[in-house]
Amino acid sequence: MDPNYIRPFIASIQNVFSTMLQLQVAIKEPHLKGGSGTSYDVSGIIGLSGDVVGSVVLSFPQETARRVVALFCGQDVSASQSDFADAVGELVNMVSGGAKAGFTGRRVSISCPSVVLGAQHVVARQTDVPTVIIPCETDCGLMAIEVTIQEQAAAKAA
Amino acid sequence: MKILLIDDSKTMRNIQKAVLGQLGYTEIHEACDGQDALSKVGAIRPDLILVDWNMPNMDGLSFVKAYRQTNKTTPMIMVTTEAEKSRVIEAIKAGVNNYVVKPFTPDLLSQRIKETLGRTTAAA
Repeated sequence: MDPNYIRPFIASIQNVFSTMLQLQVAIKEPHLKGGSGTSYDVSGIIGLSGDVVGSVVLSFPQETARRVVALFCGQDVSASQSDFADAVGELVNMVSGGAKAGFTGRRVSISCPSVVLGAQHVVARQTDVPTVIIPCETDCGLMAIEVTIQEQAAAKAA
Repeated sequence: MKILLIDDSKTMRNIQKAVLGQLGYTEIHEACDGQDALSKVGAIRPDLILVDWNMPNMDGLSFVKAYRQTNKTTPMIMVTTEAEKSRVIEAIKAGVNNYVVKPFTPDLLSQRIKETLGRTTAAA
C-alpha cells in the first residue's frame, strides 16, 4: 500500500486525540495484518468510497475504549449503553475524515460509522487488499488503526 | 436565542451543547439528521443552526439546500469532518454562513459561533 495513504491516518489520529481528548498518541511501526480477526475487542468501522475505496477500523481493547470514551464524554460510560458505541463511532469518523483530507487530489466520501463489540470478532474486508495495522500507544492503553484501502482504478481492474 | 443542533452523534451534540452553555445559550434543540431537523424547524424557528455533514437519512448538505429554499436568513454553521477546501466551498455555496472542521477545541467553536452571530446581526 502506498505510504501516502498511511501517513494521513497517523497525523489524523494524533490531531483528533490531542484536540478532543488532550491525549497524546505514540505511533509504533506499521505492519501488514495476518489473520481475519481484528486487533482488539471494540471496533469502530468506516467505509471509504470514491477515488479511494476500502475500510478503516479503529480497534481498542475494552478497557482502553472505556477510558477513551470517558475522556471524550466527560464521564464513565458502560459498554452496554448506546452512548459508548456513539462515542467510538464519532472518533473513527473524525480520524477517517481528517485522513481523507490528506489524500491530495482524490475525491473520497466516508460512510456513517458502525461499531462492533465483542472478543475475537471478525470484520469482513476485501480479501485481495492488504490490511495495514498502525499500532498506537496512549496513556489510556494500546489501540490500533487497521487500514484496508486501494485506489478505485486498481479495484476496478481486479 | 433558540439554537438547533443537527448531528447523528449524541456525544458530539453534548460537546456542542456544553460550549453553547458556556456562552450562555440554554434554549437548545436537537435533531439526529437532516430529515429530523426539517420536521422540527417549523415549530422551533431557530435563530442559529449547527449542522453536521455526514448523517444517515438526509445529510447536512441536503438539509442546508432544502432549508435555504424557504429560509435565507437564519445563520448556519457546518460542523463536520469534511475538511477539503472543495467541500467547504460546496457548503458555503449551498448557504452555510460559517464552517468548523472536527476535531475542534471549545474555543474555536465558541469563536465561530460569536463570529457568525455578530456578522448576521450586523447585516440585519
